[in-house]
Amino acid sequence: MAAGVATLVLGVGAVSSLERTRDAFYEANRFADIFANATRAPRSLLERIEDIPGVLDAEGRILRIAILDMPGMAEPGSLLLVSTPSDDGLNRLHLRLGRMPDPNRLNEVVVSQGFAEAHGLVPGDKVRTLMDGRTREITVTGVAISPEFIYALGPGDMMPDPRRFGIAWIPGEGLAAVRDLEGAFDNLIVKLATGASEARVIAEVDALLEPYGGTGATGRKEQISHAFLDAELQQLRGMARVLPPIFLLVSALLVNMTLGRLVALEREQIGLLKALGYGPGAIVRHYVGFVLAIAAFGIAAGWAAGAWMGAGLAGMYARFFDFPFLLFSRSPDTYAIAALVTTAAAVLGAVNAVRTVAWLPPAVAMAPPAPVRYRRFWGGAVEQLLQARQTSVMVVRHLLRWPLRTLGGVFGISLAVAALVGSLWSFGSGERMIDLSFFRMDRQDVSVVFSGLAPMAAIHEVRRLPGVLRAEPLRVADARIGSGHVTRRIAILGLPEGSDLSRLLAADERPMEVPEQGLVLSEALADILGVGIGDQVTLELLKGDRRTLSVPVREISLGYLGLSASGRLETVNRMLGEGSVFTGARIALDPSQEDAFYADVRETPGSGFLTIQSLSLRKFRETLAQNQTIMISVLAVLAGIIAFGVVYNFIRISLSEQGRELASLRVLGFTRSEVAAILYGEIAVVTLLAQPLGWLVGTGFAVAVVRGFGSELYRIPLVIGPEVYARASLIVLGAALASALLVRGRIARLDMIEVLKTRE
Amino acid sequence: MSSATSWPAGLRGACRWCPEPVAAPPVFRAEALTKTYRTGEVEVQALRAVDFEATAGEFVVILGPSGSGKSTFLNIIGGLDTPSSGRACFMDQEITKLDDRGLTRYRRDHVGFVFQFYNLMPSLTARENVRLVTEIARRPMKAEEALEMVGLAQRIDHFPAQLSGGEQQRVAIARAIAKNPEVLLCDEPMGALDPATGVKVLEALMRVNEVTGATTLVITHNAAIQDLAHRVVRFGNGAILGVETNARRKAPSEVSW
Ligand SMILES: Nc1ncnc2c1ncn2[C@@H]1O[C@H](COP(=O)(O)OP(=O)(O)OP(=O)(O)O)[C@@H](O)[C@H]1O
Ligand SMILES: [Mg+2]
Repeated sequence: MAAGVATLVLGVGAVSSLERTRDAFYEANRFADIFANATRAPRSLLERIEDIPGVLDAEGRILRIAILDMPGMAEPGSLLLVSTPSDDGLNRLHLRLGRMPDPNRLNEVVVSQGFAEAHGLVPGDKVRTLMDGRTREITVTGVAISPEFIYALGPGDMMPDPRRFGIAWIPGEGLAAVRDLEGAFDNLIVKLATGASEARVIAEVDALLEPYGGTGATGRKEQISHAFLDAELQQLRGMARVLPPIFLLVSALLVNMTLGRLVALEREQIGLLKALGYGPGAIVRHYVGFVLAIAAFGIAAGWAAGAWMGAGLAGMYARFFDFPFLLFSRSPDTYAIAALVTTAAAVLGAVNAVRTVAWLPPAVAMAPPAPVRYRRFWGGAVEQLLQARQTSVMVVRHLLRWPLRTLGGVFGISLAVAALVGSLWSFGSGERMIDLSFFRMDRQDVSVVFSGLAPMAAIHEVRRLPGVLRAEPLRVADARIGSGHVTRRIAILGLPEGSDLSRLLAADERPMEVPEQGLVLSEALADILGVGIGDQVTLELLKGDRRTLSVPVREISLGYLGLSASGRLETVNRMLGEGSVFTGARIALDPSQEDAFYADVRETPGSGFLTIQSLSLRKFRETLAQNQTIMISVLAVLAGIIAFGVVYNFIRISLSEQGRELASLRVLGFTRSEVAAILYGEIAVVTLLAQPLGWLVGTGFAVAVVRGFGSELYRIPLVIGPEVYARASLIVLGAALASALLVRGRIARLDMIEVLKTRE
Repeated sequence: MSSATSWPAGLRGACRWCPEPVAAPPVFRAEALTKTYRTGEVEVQALRAVDFEATAGEFVVILGPSGSGKSTFLNIIGGLDTPSSGRACFMDQEITKLDDRGLTRYRRDHVGFVFQFYNLMPSLTARENVRLVTEIARRPMKAEEALEMVGLAQRIDHFPAQLSGGEQQRVAIARAIAKNPEVLLCDEPMGALDPATGVKVLEALMRVNEVTGATTLVITHNAAIQDLAHRVVRFGNGAILGVETNARRKAPSEVSW
């Protein structure tokens, strides 16, 4: 009982605590609401931006990617240099170690905590970076966290990797000098006044930035770190919504069963009370009071345990997300709901049990209950069919005699199985996502993103780099794609004809050729826009001459990560009107020459950013595993507790009801094992019946999760292999076995002589 | 008629402390059986050094006031309980030395019990209740045969809840004898029944004793029954006060209740 209350309090408490914590952290550090990039906008523009109605504050920053040159790190990494926010600025830092850089020293930086930890950096350490082919040494003065980079995702990366990507905050003047951006900025963050319309402000900001190479502002929803955090919280929220009710339901069931039995055992006392002149109402009140007292105790224990564990869980996540503090929230309604459901279950169970006795005449009530009437079911068909021993017949008849309780047990255990199936499947799905994304769609070993545009001929230079087996050019351009009222900011991908490293997969998972005209949308994007093959979408290019075009959708492709739209390289180039250029390449690499390749790329000016597929894959796996491990261990433990609790209660009640019969069997010369087998047989039947039901319900959970997850960051393919069902069942069977063994001692201690002296 | 010839071969042979087998070996032998219950400070001597012997096929009636230790004695030689000291031997097996597993085996293979409360399985019909035992017995009779012997052939498919007390008790007797036990131990088998029904049950017990040759011990408060026995054992205050042998047994119909 306490467990049911505890999980509800825990689940809901942990999630709302994290949300409150995040919001407070955002608030305290003045996390911006709108983000925009430009090529070079004068600082004077900031005043005009601040004048836009609804804008509270605007800050111009300079962002710059530098290539990392860390000793002992062969694979390429990069550091995002960001202007330090001013004291009353936006996206403020929360210093963890050291001090802020001296604005007069151009080489001092504060680095992000993840990066510092990954490289063991402390204030005073120096880091070498490469920028435009020039080496520059910067000194770490402090370590900080920022609301903007709770998840720090490198360009082209799918999962955060703090080793290969870090943030360094550097005084604006230093950056401006390097980038030739004195008196200008290339990144804008805006904080809105409460109640301001985000869409309107974005439109006005876009208009103001357009002459300066603005690529379209985005809201917080599309800010990477925030989106990731949100996806994570949504997952937690989903768990908090599904699990505790299951738990509460099961515990209500158990409370109902147990207290019902407890009151049934008091039959003689009830008879006595009746004989003393108490009316049925008084008796019912007495027992309701009795179970209320028990329930109150359970609820109090559950509240306490739930609050405690919820704080623990939230704390764990807060550390995981690196929040500097944790606000634990207690919502009274959760506590109330938990208490109410539990109380109702307890009272119902008691009333149900008392009812049968309370209205009997005292004499009848005091006598032992009439022998339970058993029947043969379906003319003894089951018995015939089983050709069973009489002990098995007893098992079947006892189960059928109390169909509701049997069903309750089946239901309870099946929920445990379902909770497991509903979560364990994500392992297989993750693997499938990896297989499709890394081995069938994007099959390159590395991809390079240049810092600018490269003429088509440059692909030959890439092909000449050491170890390059194959190189395919790629054009990426920011655009806003829309249909009707729905628009999304995405990156349009231009792929060459016969592209083999980067492939698009049709719904049947077969690779398709990129159509000569029009675009291929990923399933997720097509769903969001509500378009299908043959429909037109509007494409607002945020580069070049910023045309708005209407483009036909030619195909829908599979894709689980992000939203994507692809077309022929030539088609995309033609749309953008910047000539025959490309912005990056996908490369198949001879593994023996990797290091030479990396070194060469690092030395090449303008070579930009490298993404290594094997590292991405490893990081992807790690992140997935980390998330899944936490979630699934929580679930496995909870499911185990459910199964354990249901089985334990079921056996105990059965033992209490049939103790007399079982002791008689011992008198007749049945061994302990044979007697135990009767009880175990019952629970075995219940447990086995629960498995297919659990699989079914669990599959339903999985479908619900996939639907509910439709996050724009990633989709999850639903694959449930037989091993998922097998594993779920094994865990539950294990828990059932454990609780069965626990009752074994009681079976061994059945008192034979006691049974002979007393009537039923 | 003795069932000695059908004793399992493995159970023959010398029991260390039993005297060399005589012409008619005792089925039971108890020597200085003592049972002391201790509850807190109070110590109850339920049995004080009881010696007892019963031969094959005997019908023994045990009498005695309430609390004199009759049930305690029966439970010990039936393998349901263990004495504080003393020994009990079944044929050539020292049952007081057996562990739980051995006692279970002993009850299963050799002992039939009938108690005041019938202890039938409510979820099984009369026939099934008997089968429960025949399924695990070494040399069972047919369930129908056992029920026939107690005169219940007509009610074999009834559940206990559909039978009268006397009928239930007869099912219990059928269940006890269906395994062809060497001993039949009955603790107040008529205790919960009216006299007329009691006679029926008693007749069933005597018939079984005659037909199967099972050594039968019956505890009763009904002194009239003593005339039906081969021997009568009187308990008092945890000890056997006396043993009488009836020269002539009466038939149940001759006894006035
Ligand atoms: N479990 C026990 N704990 C303590 N004392 C016990 C226990 N069982 C029996 N006794 C005591 O042992 C004595 C003998 O009990 P027993 O049941 O053998 O008597 P009985 O002759 O069968 O009596 P009745 O005719 O009433 O059945 C009694 O005084 C009883 O109080
Ligand atoms: Mg007694």
